[in-house]
Amino acid sequence: MHSFMNTPGSAITQSLRGMALCHPDIIQVHFDPDFVERVAPTQAGKVAIVSGSGSGHEPLPIGYVGFGMLDAACPGPIFTSPSPIQLLAAVHSVDQGGGVLFVVKNYSGGVLNAELTIEMALQEGIDVRSVLVNDDVSIPIVANRRGLGAAALACKIAGAAAESGYSLDAVVDVTRRAIAASRSMGVGTNVNTLPRNGRGVNLADDTIELGVGIHGEPGEVRSVHQGVPEIVGMLIQPILDDLPYAADDRVLLLVSGMGGTPPLELYLFSEAIHELLSAHQIRVERQLVGNYLTSLGRGGYTTTLMKLDNELRDLWDAPVHTPALHW
Amino acid sequence: MGREITIFQFRRWLLAYAARIIENESHLTELDTAIGDADHGVNMRRGMEKLQERLQEDAQTEDIGTFLRSVAMTLISAVGGAAGPLYGTFFLRAATSPTNGRSVDLIQLTQMFRYGLDGLQQRGKAQADDKTMIDTIQPAVEAMEAALAARQSAAVVLAAARQAAHLGMKHTIEIEAKKGRASYLGPHSIGHQDPGATSAYFLFETAAEALTTFNSSGNSSERAA
Repeated sequence: MHSFMNTPGSAITQSLRGMALCHPDIIQVHFDPDFVERVAPTQAGKVAIVSGSGSGHEPLPIGYVGFGMLDAACPGPIFTSPSPIQLLAAVHSVDQGGGVLFVVKNYSGGVLNAELTIEMALQEGIDVRSVLVNDDVSIPIVANRRGLGAAALACKIAGAAAESGYSLDAVVDVTRRAIAASRSMGVGTNVNTLPRNGRGVNLADDTIELGVGIHGEPGEVRSVHQGVPEIVGMLIQPILDDLPYAADDRVLLLVSGMGGTPPLELYLFSEAIHELLSAHQIRVERQLVGNYLTSLGRGGYTTTLMKLDNELRDLWDAPVHTPALHW
Repeated sequence: MGREITIFQFRRWLLAYAARIIENESHLTELDTAIGDADHGVNMRRGMEKLQERLQEDAQTEDIGTFLRSVAMTLISAVGGAAGPLYGTFFLRAATSPTNGRSVDLIQLTQMFRYGLDGLQQRGKAQADDKTMIDTIQPAVEAMEAALAARQSAAVVLAAARQAAHLGMKHTIEIEAKKGRASYLGPHSIGHQDPGATSAYFLFETAAEALTTFNSSGNSSERAA
């Protein structure tokens, strides 16, 4: 038995019910269509923040529902984006008259379902906008870049801005700025097994896959000769070169496991990441290490840097109360 | 103009399509495992099971536009992924093309496919040779239009569409993906048939079967696959 999740359809329902039982003070779960909504009351006219995602990336997005972050999140089937029916139900439930923002990771399914929902909502007179998260530097064509860790960061920035009374236009602007300041890349060890198709490949002991996606999308197989610092170099350098991040930049560092790499290893990688950033005189001003964007039980992690200014830092620091993030 | 194509034939077409997709679920999964995220078979089967439930309901009271819109909403809610909104948009847009209520003539049928294709291209922003379902549907619709212009019968028009769709589907093996998850693989996507182009081919394969069998009862003799 490699998973407790034998039937993906009912696994998601069971997990949602369990989550509702574990966090009754933060979230409530609606079924058919499925969406998770915050319990905390909101100010009339507050911009509502909604994010949808295929299941299998928890805590993204449903673990980020609550005060200071998402008003609602829609879980799709495993690795498959939720439908416009779910997204529209969430919009109806959370719209306070201030408009709605979708935080959308750049995958064709997510983008198409969001666009179709926005058309339907506009026909009803509800102002829904979207921001696209595309921080994965492993994809050469910028338009095709996937959404990785910046999705979690964008939900936090957007949620904090909405909570502190920003207008829909202003929430859109600051969230786009946060995404534009962010770059990510993933590294994988073993490939995850998907329910139903049983795919699963283990890499040779001395190889890793660089630039992997969070749905089992393959990366480039590389041999590793010198261990952790070498892997961290392969992962961080393309990120630094892409923005580019320069000496004296202040950054938020996110190191997120994909579900199959223990926290012990995440901190071990974090040491090497800190050393490399320090050598480039880049200042890590805020950080988050743990499982924040996963890929079922895959081994590996993603690293995200977001270049900070005072506004982004203050929005990051603003109070948040969700199952996965709270301060 | 020959005989008109009725709502019963549309219903039979989509029942045949649902059955063909379900039969081919593992084939679609296999294709999508090679260059995508392995969910096309599962997603399409889930949508087709819902569509079968929907099609069991009485079609007597509907016109073709209402029928196609309902098919679209079923696919949008049940398929998910990229395929849900794409197939949904195809049928939503097809539903807005002119009909004679509960039947269409061949000109209207061809126009209906053209409306669907245009909607699909606006939604997905894919061009020919991007290695997507457009590579199947665009040549099929163009073949329909050419055969119609040459005053061919419905059987010939739909056979031309099916043949062009088949060639288009096979052509996706030779080209590099520019859209969708397969595009992350760049040149490594060459040599693999696109799963979306494959599920789209079955639309034309089943259309050539069901839309040319004239029988108003909905109980026509089914052609074996």
